[in-house]
Amino acid sequence: MDYGHSDRPAGATPLPTAIKILVAGGFGVGKTTMVGAVSETRPLRTEEVLTESGVGIDDLSGVESKTTTTVAMDFGRITISDDLVLYLFGTPGQDRFWFVWDELALGAIGAVVLADTRRLADCFPSIDYFEGRGTPFVVAVNCFEGARQYRLDEVQAALNLDPGVPVLLCDARQRESSKEVLVTLMEHAMKTREARRRAANGN
Amino acid sequence: MTVQGESAEQQWVDDHAGPVVRPYAVTRGRARPVTGTFDLISLVTATRAEVTPEIGIGPEHLAIVGLCQRIQSVAEIAAHLDLPVGTIRVLLGDLAARSLVQVREPQTTAGLPDNSIFEAVINGLRAL
Repeated sequence: MDYGHSDRPAGATPLPTAIKILVAGGFGVGKTTMVGAVSETRPLRTEEVLTESGVGIDDLSGVESKTTTTVAMDFGRITISDDLVLYLFGTPGQDRFWFVWDELALGAIGAVVLADTRRLADCFPSIDYFEGRGTPFVVAVNCFEGARQYRLDEVQAALNLDPGVPVLLCDARQRESSKEVLVTLMEHAMKTREARRRAANGN
Repeated sequence: MTVQGESAEQQWVDDHAGPVVRPYAVTRGRARPVTGTFDLISLVTATRAEVTPEIGIGPEHLAIVGLCQRIQSVAEIAAHLDLPVGTIRVLLGDLAARSLVQVREPQTTAGLPDNSIFEAVINGLRAL
C-alpha cells in the first residue's frame, strides 16, 4: 500500500517490493552467522521495546516494576533486482521472547529453523510456532564440528515433522550452503502456496 | 553527528551510559505515529534532497531524510540511527504527514498474483 499524497512530486521513482525470511532456532545455533553469510552488508541490529503485559512467560515476581522488555534482532539484506529486496531476520537472541513478537512473522514469506543435533529440543518452539501460524519452513541442521552426524530421516523423526517439510544439512558459515538453504525454502514456500490455492479452489 | 576528537563529554558519555536523549523524548512522548503503520520492511525514500528545519522537525527527522536519499527499510533506519523501531515509526509518521518521505508497505504472500516473485528470488539467490 502506498501512502498516496497528492502533493508528492510527479514521476517519483517507484519503490521496490520488500519481502522477508526469518531465521529461527535456539540460542547460539548460528542464526546471525547465516544472515551474515548471505547478506550484502554486515548484519545490522535493531531493537524494539515491548511494553505489553502479555510477555507473560517471564516471571516478574520481585521485579513488578519492569514493564518493558527490549528485544534485539540481527538482519541482513539481499538486493535481488531493482524492484525486489529480500530481508533476512534472525529471531531475537532472547529466544523466550521472540515468538511473542508476531509482528516479525507477519508477512514473512517463509522461515529457516536452524537446528543443532546436540541440542535438538532448542528448535521445538520455533517449529511449533511456524506450524501453528502456517508459515512455510525448512529445517536446516547446522553441522558443528565434533557433533555426531545424524541421518536426515533420523532428524525428521526426532522432530516429528510433517513429511512435506524439507530437512537439510548446512554450514551456516558458508555462503553457498546458506544460499542452498534459502533456495530450498523458497521452492518449498512456492509449492505450499500452490497447494493451498488448489485446496481453496477445491480442485 | 560529527566526531570532534576526544572531548571531555565523550570520555564520560559512552555507550554504557545509555542514550543521552531517551527515545520518548525524541518523539516528544508520543508512542504512535500520526499516520501509517510502518512494517519493519516498509521501504522509505526521501522526497527531497534537503529539508529546512522547521517547528516539529528535529535532528532525528533530518537524519532520516539524509539516510533515505537511498531507499532504506524501517529496520535499517532504526539500526543506522541506533533508535528503537517504535521511535522511528513515530518520526516517519511526522515525515509522511508532511510528504517528506514516500513509503511502500511490503507485499503479503497472500496478495501475490503469481509465482513470479518466488521465481525471481530463487534465480537471484542462485546468481549471488
